[in-house]
Amino acid sequence: MEILQQLFPLPPIPTLQQAVFIPMALFTAFCALMVVGARNLFHNALALVGTLFGVAGIYALLEAEFLAVSQILVYVGAISTLITFAIMLTRGMMYGATSQVNKQAGTAVIITSLFFLVLAGLVSGAPWPTFGVELGSGEQIIANLGKLFVTTYLIPFELLALLLLVSLAGAILLARDRR
Amino acid sequence: MVSLSWYLILAAFVFSCGLYGALARRNAIAVLMSIELMLNAVNINLVAFWRYSENAATRLDGQVFALFVIAVAAAEAAVGLALIISIYRNRKTVDLDKLDLLKG
Repeated sequence: MEILQQLFPLPPIPTLQQAVFIPMALFTAFCALMVVGARNLFHNALALVGTLFGVAGIYALLEAEFLAVSQILVYVGAISTLITFAIMLTRGMMYGATSQVNKQAGTAVIITSLFFLVLAGLVSGAPWPTFGVELGSGEQIIANLGKLFVTTYLIPFELLALLLLVSLAGAILLARDRR
Repeated sequence: MVSLSWYLILAAFVFSCGLYGALARRNAIAVLMSIELMLNAVNINLVAFWRYSENAATRLDGQVFALFVIAVAAAEAAVGLALIISIYRNRKTVDLDKLDLLKG
């Protein structure tokens, strides 16, 4: 029996965190590939929605639940809808046999894959921590987050509100119908 | 347990996908979607570094940064899409190869 165990060693059984992380990460990575790789522009938009959901799941796995819900509300709820409407309003390139990538696509593939390999190699070499510290209750975290927004980061918070107002007013002005 | 490097490699992969899309796609909206991919990859990095830091329960700066990135990305996506719609109204195309008025 032991000889069998030595000849055919079992692969390490993944922990629960790993077993949840790996499918979620694979889903996010696959959807990210589909965003830039699929033929139809609507498929790219749907894959972007999938990626945003996957990233929200990663946030939930990292115990940043408020951020996960904000991600779904803002990104999936608002930005994806904006992108879908913009695709609908600019339906110029969806038909025909034109290519969807420009002349530098081959060089771009080489450069970005090299970039990813360099990054992954650099990241794997460093001794990172393998488990996070014990967090308190979720409500305490959200309370601390809210306190941070109104004490330390008050000025960026107000500037962010101003930025959102100006950009949305500008967007409406740019895109309105001039008839 | 899930090491921090797993999250960083996932973020690097999503960033590389977004980088390829921003460099190689012809449709302007596809380029904007790739930019959103890059911003999400950066957010994954920020939140992962927050979670694996030493006093994550009290210093939530990573989450605050990520929330700011989400809000600024929303503002930038709105303005960018309004620009694309305006360009489409004037030039009847959003093909970036055909938008070459500044070309020498």
